[in-house]
Amino acid sequence: MRFDGRRLLRRVTSEQAAAVALIVPSVVAVGVFVYGFIGWSALVAVSRWDTVRPDYTYVGLSNFRNLIEYFRFQIDIRNTVVFTLFFVGACLVIGFSLAALLDRRVWGEGLFRSIYLFPMAVSFIVTGVVWRWLLAPRAGVNILPEKVGLPALSYGWYTDAHVMNIHADSRLGDALHAAGLGFLADPNYGIPVAMISVVIAATWQMSGFVMVMYLAGLRAIPDELRDAARVDGASEAQILRHISLPLLRPVTLSAIIILGHQSLKIFDLVMSMSRRGPGFATDVPALFMFETTFQGNHFSQGAAISIVMLLAVSLLVIPYLFWSLRREARL
Amino acid sequence: MTIRWSRVAIYTVLILFALLYLMPIYVLLVTGLKSFQEVRLEQMWNLPSGLRFDSFREAYDALDSNLANSFKMVIPATVVSCMLGSVNGYVLTKWRFPGSDILFFLLLYGMFIPYQSVLIPLVKTLQQLHVYGSLWGLVVTHVVYGIPITTLIFRNYYANIPTELVEAAKIDGASIFGIYRRIVFPLSLPGFVVVAIWQFTSIWNDFLFAVTVTSNPTIQPATVALNNMAGSYIVEWNVQMAGALIAALPTLIVYIILGRFFVRGLMAGAMRG
Repeated sequence: MRFDGRRLLRRVTSEQAAAVALIVPSVVAVGVFVYGFIGWSALVAVSRWDTVRPDYTYVGLSNFRNLIEYFRFQIDIRNTVVFTLFFVGACLVIGFSLAALLDRRVWGEGLFRSIYLFPMAVSFIVTGVVWRWLLAPRAGVNILPEKVGLPALSYGWYTDAHVMNIHADSRLGDALHAAGLGFLADPNYGIPVAMISVVIAATWQMSGFVMVMYLAGLRAIPDELRDAARVDGASEAQILRHISLPLLRPVTLSAIIILGHQSLKIFDLVMSMSRRGPGFATDVPALFMFETTFQGNHFSQGAAISIVMLLAVSLLVIPYLFWSLRREARL
Repeated sequence: MTIRWSRVAIYTVLILFALLYLMPIYVLLVTGLKSFQEVRLEQMWNLPSGLRFDSFREAYDALDSNLANSFKMVIPATVVSCMLGSVNGYVLTKWRFPGSDILFFLLLYGMFIPYQSVLIPLVKTLQQLHVYGSLWGLVVTHVVYGIPITTLIFRNYYANIPTELVEAAKIDGASIFGIYRRIVFPLSLPGFVVVAIWQFTSIWNDFLFAVTVTSNPTIQPATVALNNMAGSYIVEWNVQMAGALIAALPTLIVYIILGRFFVRGLMAGAMRG
């Protein structure tokens, strides 16, 4: 039988067309529900839709200008920055420490790992409900010292309206003022204490995930590398510092992106734990967006918030996607 | 002896953290098991005097129809998600075409977006399609927004099936469906398990879509009902705690039984490539 290259080519081409046809439904769905809807939201964001009835009258960027000047949104941005820094920082430190300890040939490693990771399987709503009671001012963690005969704590946790900031009349405040950074000594740039409670709950839920990522990263480092360093007399701490950590940089980057983009859109946890908090101390853009859109019918304002959130997440994620796809292509 | 002491320190830290992570579960359990007379906040940490399931019963009575809603939503959505993800992953690894990498990139972006940025059009569209406020509306939503992650996991999984195997079958005249049915699908079980667990967990735990797409309490999934319960001043906190445990149980059971696959899904979602 003669091999007929052309017929094979024709057949493969038609199969290839079938392949494309197979993913068309998904591509169309994502095209419409992701890209089309983002465009639609952007359109709402530059419209005057402020009641139940849709109104697509073009108003330019005025919704965004109003938003930036709106005190609630300013507070939300401060809160998001604080939350992101503390949450990502805590998860990285705890996740890495637990992974480094578990990597030291520990008995019962599987059990420890499962315990640290199980909160990941639970929804943020459950986490919020539980931690709301654990950090309730007159219960939970505050009364735990009483069980061993110590006085109870009196933290307000998520009900604490206090904002920690650099005082303008302190020495640091003076120095900032002299450096032309006086605005930093303003409560608008402080740390809302109530937010720390949300950080604790979120870290409880997500740090195990970082631990798993780091542990996988540590296990991927060839043993010879570390053994060689040990032979040369390096201590475990030195090995961690000079060999493991540099090699784990891609893991750290992935973790920062995943946690960071999550914290920029955090919603469920705040919703079930503290809502806006005292003086908007735990308010976040996603909560503002939800309330103003679906409870206040300020659709254009809600859309504007969502577009700002999208831009923030995209600044973080798009370079990362490029980076990881390029890395994959090189492999 | 220094080495011994470092071992003691390691285990001390590990055990302390384990206790810290388990603390909420302890409180959930002892609170749920207390009788109504015992559930004063000052006694949150005390063990119950006996085993009473009153809180669980009351929480279950309040949540049972919502738990049923969650199952009715999560099962069809997970099944369809798996099928779509598998087909997409198959095409994007074994039938690559010009532009397929860019297409994949565009799909991937969809899993990172804050869903707030599609929420208003989504609600309007579901209203137009007359599925707004129904579980079917939620199923459609979860299937569509699940496409990126399910495609990603299957694509990474199928990348490990040797392409030569598929190429050889192509030359032997097997069709795209034949290759899928006889070569790819039979090797796919672990991939399906990972994706099914991932989708089951994230759809069950979803709150944002559930609260915006369903407004009728009889239709709402368990996460929304639990949040409403926690926000109400009438429901006692012990019932809230019992409700939280009940709402978390399905995903916790999946985690305990199939934890290995759960971790694999996590890693696929975390470290692409």
